[in-house]
Amino acid sequence: MESINAKYVSQKISKTRWKPVSHSTLQQPEIFATGSWDNEENKISLWSIGNHENVAMDDGNEGDPQVLCEHKHDGDVLDLQTLSVSQHWARAHRYPCDSAPCTSVVCSSPEIVTVGEDGRIVVFRADHEGVVQTIENADSSTIHAVTYLRTTEILTVNSIGQLKMWDLRQHSKSPSQIFSLSGDRVPLHCVDRHPNQQHIVATGGQDGMLCVWDVRQGNSPFSLMEAHSAEMWEVHFHPTNPDHMFTCSEDGSLLHWETSSQSDLPSFLQGNRNNSMISRSAMPSAGGNQSIISAWLSGDSSKSRLETTHMLPSQTLSVNSLDVLGHYLVCGTDGEAIFVHRQIPV
Amino acid sequence: MEEVDVEPVITNIPAASHDKHLGFAWGPGDILVYETLYKASGSKRSPCTFIHEVRKDEDIYSPILRKLFNESHHIFVGLQTIGEDLPSKSKKPQFVSVSKNYRSVIRACMEELQQVAVSTKDSKLATEYGNQVSILLAIELIWNLCEVLFIDAAPAGSLLLHLLDWIRLHRADVDEKARDVLQSESPAEHCDYWDVVVSYVLQGRLEEARQMLVKQAMLHPASRNMYKLMDSLLSKMPFYKPGGTQPLAEFDVKWRHWHDEVDRCLQDGSFASNQHLELICKILVGDEDTLLTQKELLSTWYHFLVTRLLFCHPTVKATELHFYAQSCLTMFLDPRSTPEPLDSILLAAFEIDIHQVIKDCSIALNNWWFVAHITDLLDHCKLLKSHNLHFGSNLREFLLLEYASGLFTHHSLWQLAVDYFDHCSEFGRVYLELLIERVPLDTERKALKVLRICEQRQMSEQVRSICKIMAMRTLRNNRLGSALSWSIRAKDAALATLISERFLQDYCERGTFSDLDLIDNLGSAMLLSDRLTFLGKYREFHKLYGEKRFREAATLLLSLMTAKIAPRSFWMTLLTDALPLLEQKEVIFTANQTYELMYCLEELTSSLNTTAPSKDKPMQEDEVEKTKVELLRLAMARNLAIAIVKEGTVET
Repeated sequence: MESINAKYVSQKISKTRWKPVSHSTLQQPEIFATGSWDNEENKISLWSIGNHENVAMDDGNEGDPQVLCEHKHDGDVLDLQTLSVSQHWARAHRYPCDSAPCTSVVCSSPEIVTVGEDGRIVVFRADHEGVVQTIENADSSTIHAVTYLRTTEILTVNSIGQLKMWDLRQHSKSPSQIFSLSGDRVPLHCVDRHPNQQHIVATGGQDGMLCVWDVRQGNSPFSLMEAHSAEMWEVHFHPTNPDHMFTCSEDGSLLHWETSSQSDLPSFLQGNRNNSMISRSAMPSAGGNQSIISAWLSGDSSKSRLETTHMLPSQTLSVNSLDVLGHYLVCGTDGEAIFVHRQIPV
Repeated sequence: MEEVDVEPVITNIPAASHDKHLGFAWGPGDILVYETLYKASGSKRSPCTFIHEVRKDEDIYSPILRKLFNESHHIFVGLQTIGEDLPSKSKKPQFVSVSKNYRSVIRACMEELQQVAVSTKDSKLATEYGNQVSILLAIELIWNLCEVLFIDAAPAGSLLLHLLDWIRLHRADVDEKARDVLQSESPAEHCDYWDVVVSYVLQGRLEEARQMLVKQAMLHPASRNMYKLMDSLLSKMPFYKPGGTQPLAEFDVKWRHWHDEVDRCLQDGSFASNQHLELICKILVGDEDTLLTQKELLSTWYHFLVTRLLFCHPTVKATELHFYAQSCLTMFLDPRSTPEPLDSILLAAFEIDIHQVIKDCSIALNNWWFVAHITDLLDHCKLLKSHNLHFGSNLREFLLLEYASGLFTHHSLWQLAVDYFDHCSEFGRVYLELLIERVPLDTERKALKVLRICEQRQMSEQVRSICKIMAMRTLRNNRLGSALSWSIRAKDAALATLISERFLQDYCERGTFSDLDLIDNLGSAMLLSDRLTFLGKYREFHKLYGEKRFREAATLLLSLMTAKIAPRSFWMTLLTDALPLLEQKEVIFTANQTYELMYCLEELTSSLNTTAPSKDKPMQEDEVEKTKVELLRLAMARNLAIAIVKEGTVET
């Protein structure tokens, strides 16, 4: 595991995010941001892993993440997303809505959506002073995470195990659709959407269960997989190679999920084909030809291979956050360590 | 009462002057000190309103030492899982490697502290860091010695090699000096040249000493033979090879042979013309007086000890060490000076007195980190005799508990302490139970983490209290939905009743339900409390009504009253809800159901009448109530009539 780099940072890490790079330049990511929690003084820090010329400069500990800058943050950092570095700070201080902790934030330039423990959804614009839109009492319980489904639709998960879809254009107080696990109300903690096939959504819950949903049909999850033994804090599809997925959990593990469909086609080709087929014919997945359905929705685990591998050496304290970009993965733990993996096999 | 080992340290509380009276309360790690209201007659001074927190252990607040705590936590947890079933022989290498891991963590921490100490501009901070470095240095020194003597417990022969490694590791300043010398233009004429050579010899690094000597020999072609002789003496010195086939006795014979040869060279004055070479020769022969002249280079008595063993008793056994150690200490130190704590700790280690080492360290060091971890490791090696404490269960557990409760007072490191408590079989759980309830819960995420810790350990009492705290907090913020789901998680019927009550109250005021997404999905959790069941069922009635499934709605409504699920105070509302159903064109309530409905109404009104009509109720409200009852009676009578007719009619 020599491609994994661990660094102890003297603060419990609640979030880690890569600074996005443009895909066209084939650049490797080198800057990531972390947020800490439970400290008397919490910080957002930007780190560089220095892949290029500056490796020569820090002799001895090459590749060790170096702090670029730090910024104090009132209260625990619960979520952060980076648009660009300049906008980062200004927004960081706008989260707290009514002193109720804000739990998650998502942005799709220039709009920013935040959700909080007060069950409220607030929409900001990066270039705008005030609040653009607020949905009061959007949820009776805490909203744990939010993600964009399409440009005007967002998905939220809450602490009573529901996945809700909201259409921001409609300005209505109720969600356009509610999905839920049958009956047991296990809180959901994270949600992520398939990068190419927007109807595929993955969520992770308190019992460590990974659910894959097809938001076009049905209101119960398409497949359920036992992943972790404790709360799953984050789930992420690989942004460019969505056959891979990563999850991290309170039990201190970080899993790499890989589906491979039977088709011999390289997965990216297949992914493209899926998209076009489905958009043209809106084919129902049940009974349809297996090979054109995304591996995540094939459901039958015997037919599509789903492999999981542990990514971290034995680790006892919670892995709170992860982010993946290209061949690079970064995660932060309650053990006050940041792990950077440089060669994830995707 | 037991004697105190050392005089207690006095801490001055800055704000409390001498004529004030202080009270205090123990905390797990800290002490709270406050001024008590003790007024001598006549004094009118108002007492100070501050409470002072006296921290015993400042170290856990150091950002760099936090890395030490975090990394060692990981090693600690790994150590606890080393299989019990393995034979003790195969475990030893594992324990040694665990010990090395601990030491490398200390080293890493020390290096970082050193860097910071050098780079910081604040002189006060720099000295603070410097102090921490020297403490860590001492800790590492002691740990390393304990590793050699107790954990590894090397047999005679290899024992000395380990001790040499120990000295070399902690006297690395020679290498720095050597680098300076070698980088100078003419190393052989550098002022530190001979210091370096002698230091190398004193540390038994003969190969390096020889390489240095070559440079000198080249400068003095005249005394070439003398240098050649020294070179051969140095190269011939036998070292024990651990793991080899060579028996110890054979090595001993070889070594004696070499020793005699060196002695012969000294006697016949082969090096008489060169004082430096003669000095080295005297060191090689193990001459104690000569060694004592090199105090500057040896700098510590334990270096002297190891050098003396190297050149006089290379086959020393661990059990014999204490004798040499004691004599070296007395020979080396100024008779007037008293030994430092470090000296007595090391001496105790050489005497293989583990308990004394732990005790002295606990007194001398300002934090529990070291003693807790080394005691745990030694306990795993089965080296601690059952030592009766007058308190707690055993030494290991006592120290671990002290360390962990210190961690728990930290705002962020408390999570580490949990695992330490887990591995204290006797009192760990009690400690954890008491402390975990006191973790401040700022966010839901933190609450979830604390809950997970409790749930994994089946601490149901604590789970309930945490959920309750969260429920009350959300309730205060008027987040009924959240509060309800927390109280369901706490399985707290009383609280659920209270919150359901609030929901119903809200409904009565506004006429609509809030938080439908939760209430509609209660499922079996509904059975937690009667009131919650009623809330869920009542909402179900509204749903059925909304879906125009009137018959089912009516049955449900009636059963809510007859099965006594609905609280009596809510009956009037339920009956009012029945009104539109009674007024429907179609017959919804059967005759029997209507009878029951009427019975309910009568029961309600009679109970209302028996309780004396409250005077403070305005007349108007009473009137409204009366009209309502009248209306209901009328509607019921009408419905009954239609129902009887309908039920009596045979459809053709």
